[in-house]
Amino acid sequence: MSINASGWRPELGGHEQDEVSTFTGNRALMLEEALIFERDNFNGTGVELPSAPKAAFRLSGLERNRPIGLPGLSEPETVRHYTRLSRQNYAIDLGVFPLGSCTMKHNPRLNEKMARLPGFSDIHPLAPVSTVQGALELIDLVGEWLVTLTGMQAVAMSPKAGAHGELCGLLAIRSALEARGDARSVILVPESAHGTNPATAAFCGYAVENIPATAEGRVDLEALKARLGPDVAAVMITNPNTCGLFERDMIAISEAVHAAGGLVYCDGANFNAIVGRVRPGDLGIDAMHINLHKTFSTPHGGGGPGAGPVVFSAALAPYAPLPFVEKQADGFHLVEEETAGEHHAGSFGRMVAFHGQMGMFTRAATYMLSHGADGLRQVAEDAVLNANYVLRRLDDVLDAPFGGSGPCMHEALFSDEGFPDGFSTLDVAKGLIDEGFHPMTMYFPLVVHGSMLVEPTETESKAALDQFIGALRSVAERAKAGDASLKSAPHFAPRRRLDETAAARKPVLVWREPEQAIAAE
Amino acid sequence: MRYLPLTDADRREMLSVIGASSIDDLFRDVPETARLAGPIAGLPAHASEIAVERQLSALARKNLAAGDAPFFLGCGAYRHHVPASVDHLIQRGEFLTAYTPYQPEIAQGTLQVLFEFQTQVARLFGCDAANASMYDGSTACWEAIGMARRITRRTKAVLSAGLHPHYVSVAQTMARFTGDVLDTAVPELKDGAPGDDMARLLAAIDDKTNCVVVQNPNILGHIADLSELAARCHEKGALLIAVVTEPVSLGAIRSPGEMGADIVVGEGQAIGVGLQFGGPYVGLFATREKYVRQMPGRLCGETVDASGKRGFVLTLSTREQHIRREKATSNICTNSGLCALAFSIHMTLLGEKGLRDLAAVNHAQAVLAAERLSRVPGVSLVNGAFFNEFTLRLSGEARPVVRAMADRGILGGVSLGRLYPDAAALANGLVVAVTETSTAEDVETLAQALEEELA
Repeated sequence: MSINASGWRPELGGHEQDEVSTFTGNRALMLEEALIFERDNFNGTGVELPSAPKAAFRLSGLERNRPIGLPGLSEPETVRHYTRLSRQNYAIDLGVFPLGSCTMKHNPRLNEKMARLPGFSDIHPLAPVSTVQGALELIDLVGEWLVTLTGMQAVAMSPKAGAHGELCGLLAIRSALEARGDARSVILVPESAHGTNPATAAFCGYAVENIPATAEGRVDLEALKARLGPDVAAVMITNPNTCGLFERDMIAISEAVHAAGGLVYCDGANFNAIVGRVRPGDLGIDAMHINLHKTFSTPHGGGGPGAGPVVFSAALAPYAPLPFVEKQADGFHLVEEETAGEHHAGSFGRMVAFHGQMGMFTRAATYMLSHGADGLRQVAEDAVLNANYVLRRLDDVLDAPFGGSGPCMHEALFSDEGFPDGFSTLDVAKGLIDEGFHPMTMYFPLVVHGSMLVEPTETESKAALDQFIGALRSVAERAKAGDASLKSAPHFAPRRRLDETAAARKPVLVWREPEQAIAAE
Repeated sequence: MRYLPLTDADRREMLSVIGASSIDDLFRDVPETARLAGPIAGLPAHASEIAVERQLSALARKNLAAGDAPFFLGCGAYRHHVPASVDHLIQRGEFLTAYTPYQPEIAQGTLQVLFEFQTQVARLFGCDAANASMYDGSTACWEAIGMARRITRRTKAVLSAGLHPHYVSVAQTMARFTGDVLDTAVPELKDGAPGDDMARLLAAIDDKTNCVVVQNPNILGHIADLSELAARCHEKGALLIAVVTEPVSLGAIRSPGEMGADIVVGEGQAIGVGLQFGGPYVGLFATREKYVRQMPGRLCGETVDASGKRGFVLTLSTREQHIRREKATSNICTNSGLCALAFSIHMTLLGEKGLRDLAAVNHAQAVLAAERLSRVPGVSLVNGAFFNEFTLRLSGEARPVVRAMADRGILGGVSLGRLYPDAAALANGLVVAVTETSTAEDVETLAQALEEELA
C-alpha cells in the first residue's frame, strides 16, 4: 500500500527526527508563537475608534481605575498571531478526521456565506417580529425539515448543543410524567452511551442504571424488559449506537418501555447514519435531539458552537420549551411566556435566553436545501458504505469485536486485542498523527477494551479512505510488532506527547507575569 | 450532490470489497417496517448553489438588518463594530473545521487560543481563572447557581430584580427540576434611582442562601457598587454571583471581581460575535482559584511535552461528563469554541487601550442620547448612573410605540412590556442602548419619532 497515488514517499532517515536545533526554535513552516501576554503590548491597540464626544460621565464613582492587563496588538500582528496558531491545528480541511461519534464531515462554504447575510447575522433577538419575518420563517423551515425527516410531531429549536438537547428531552419527559401524576425515579442507560446521557439524567434528578449489552454489542432486550417497572421514567438509547450498530430490537424496546409506562429518549448524535433511510418516529421514539453540527454539517469550530434541536412525539409535544415559532395566517409569530398560556400551558418553560442557534440554523438550512431529500438519503448511504469499507479493509489487522454482528452503520469499531504488552490504543493514535491523520476516537465506547472508533463520513473519497486505511494498517502492524518508536510518537507534530497528569495536578489556567508566578510558589 | 465525492464505480467496487450485494444490504439490521423505499416525501430534491443562494437571500431580505436602520436595541445583546480581520481569521479552516482539542499535539492552535481567552476573561472580570466558554450568558448564569449550591451545600438562591428576565426564566425552569429555591422580584421604574433592589437583596441573605445573583449593568441599565453586597454574602457564607451581559462596560466600570464577586458570568456576544438573532453566543465563566475544581465546562491548562517544550491541554476533565458520567459537575460537552475565538481576537485587537476607548465612546454617546431623548415631551430618564444603556419612562405604553417605530424603519429600543408582559407598572418603560455604531443623526431620528408617536 503506497501512501499516495504516485507511490512516492519521503525518505525519513530513521524514526527519530533530525535533532538540528534552530536559533528561534522554529522548524521552517512549523512556527513557534508566543502568547499575546508575552510581547509587552499592554499599551497597544489594533483599532481606531471615533473619539468620544464631550459629555459629563454618569458612572457614579464606579470608574475602573486599576489596570486590567489586556495586551493589544496591531492588525498585522493580530492576523499573524492567529494565522500562525491556526497552523498548529489539524482540521477536516486538511485531511481525514475519523473521530467516531463526532462526525467530522466537510463544512460547505456556502453555509458560511449564507449565515453572514446581514438579514440573518445582523438582526437582534428582541427586534419587533414584524422586522424579522424572514428569520422566523427560516427557523420554521429548518424545524419542518427536522420533523419530516424524523417522522415526529413537533420540534424544539432552542437547545444550544446536543447535551442541552438531551436536557430538553428529559425535562419534557419529566414534565409529562408529572402531569399524569406519575413521578418516576430511574433512567436506564446502556453502558455504551455517551457520558452526557447519565450526566443529563442525574442533573434532572434521576437515578441512573446501566442496561447491559449483548455479546453482539446491542442492548440486551431481555435484561431491559426484566428491569422495566413503575419506577422507570425513561430509557435513553443511542441509535445507531456508539458501537456503530443499528439497534435491531428498537421497535420492541420502545413497545416494552411504553407498555411499562415509560418513555423513550433517543440520543440522535448518530442520525447522520440513517437520515433519509429511517425515520426515528417509526421506531417508537418519544424524543430525540439532533446535533446540527454532526448530521447537517455546521462547523465544529474547535469545540462548538453546536445546536441541538429536539423532535418530539405527540405524547411529549405539549411540554416542549419556549420560545417557539408558529405560522399563522398573518405571518410568523414567536410564542413566548406571554402568549404561551393560551394554548401551550404545559410547556416546561424557557431553557435559554432568546431563540437558539440562529447562525447554525442558517447553515443547516443551506445544507438541507443543497442536498434535498434525495441527497440526504445518499449522505447516509455513503457514510455507511465508507465505514463498512474501512471495517472490512482493516479487520484482518485490527480486532473488530462486533465485525461478525453484521454490517456496521456510520462508524467502525476496533479494539486493542492482540497488541503486545506495553502497546496501546494511545500509541496507535499518536502514530497516526505522524502519518498526517487525526486519530480516531480512543477508549470510547467503554464496552470495548482499548476502543478505536473510526467514522470516515460521506465526504471522504475512496482515494482518501485508501490512504487512511494504509496509514492505520501500517501503524497497527508496527504496534503489533512492538516497534518502540511508536511509544514516543508523535515525532513530527508541533508538540511531542503532552503531560496531562502534570497539567491536572497543579493547574495553570491563566497566564501570569513571571514574578507573580514565582511569588505564588 | 456536490459534497459527495464517491462515484458509482467507487460504490460498486467498495460493495464488492465489503461483500454486500447492495446498499440496502448494509441497512438490513433496520426493522423492515421502518425501512424507507425512497426519498422522504414532502421535501424538495437537491438544488444547485445558485438556487439555494437565491432562496436564502430572499428570506434574508425579509428582515430589517440593524445596519440598515437607526438601531437602539440591547437587553442582553449589543451591536458593536467588529473589525474585518476577526471574521476573516475565524474562517480559517484550521479553526473553523477543527474539533474539540482531544489530541493536543495537533490542536495547539485552538488550545493556545483558549488559554489566552481564559486569561483575557479572568482579567476582564477581575477573577483568578476562567473556563473555555459556555453556551451563552443565560446558561452560564444557571450553571453558576448550581456551582454555588455544590460549594455551599445550600439550596436557596436570591436573584436580583435587575437580572435579565430570560436569565431568571432559565433559572426558574431548571430550579423546578433540581429543587432549588429561587427568591425573585420584578424591577421598579423609579426616576433617577435604581429602586429598592439592593436593600431587598441585603435583607434576603440568610443561613440557607447559597448565592445572590446580581447583574451589572442591570436590565434597566443601572450600575451599582457590589462591595457591600459581597461583604454581606461572605458574612453569611453565601457566594456573590455577578452577571455581565455587556462586557464592553468593563472598559469603564470596575469589574465584579474587584468588588468582591466570587463567580462572574457573562454574555460575551458584544465582543467579536455579533447579533445573529440570539445565537450562537458565548458564555463567559470566571471564579476564584479555590473554586476552579467546582467549575463546569472545559478548561485549558499549561503543561510541557516529552521534550520539555511548553504546550497546552484540556485539563481537570475528571469534573466532566465523559469521565464522571452521572457524577459530573455539568452535562455540558460542546461549548462555544469558535465564538470564544472571535471574542479573543477582537479583544486582542482592542487591548486595554482600545477597550477603554470603546467604553468611553459608548458611555459618552449614551449620555448625550439620554439627555436628548429625555427632552422629548412625555419622556423621562429613569437612570441616575448607567453605562451605554438606559431606561426611559414614556407617557404611554412603550410596546405599541416600539412597533409603530419599527413600521417606520426605526429600531428604537426594547419595551419592558415585551420582557415583563405581566407587570403593568413597567409597561411604559423603554430600554435604549447606544453604542459606537449609533450616530447623532440616529439619535435625532429616534427623538423625533418618539415625539410624534407620543403626541
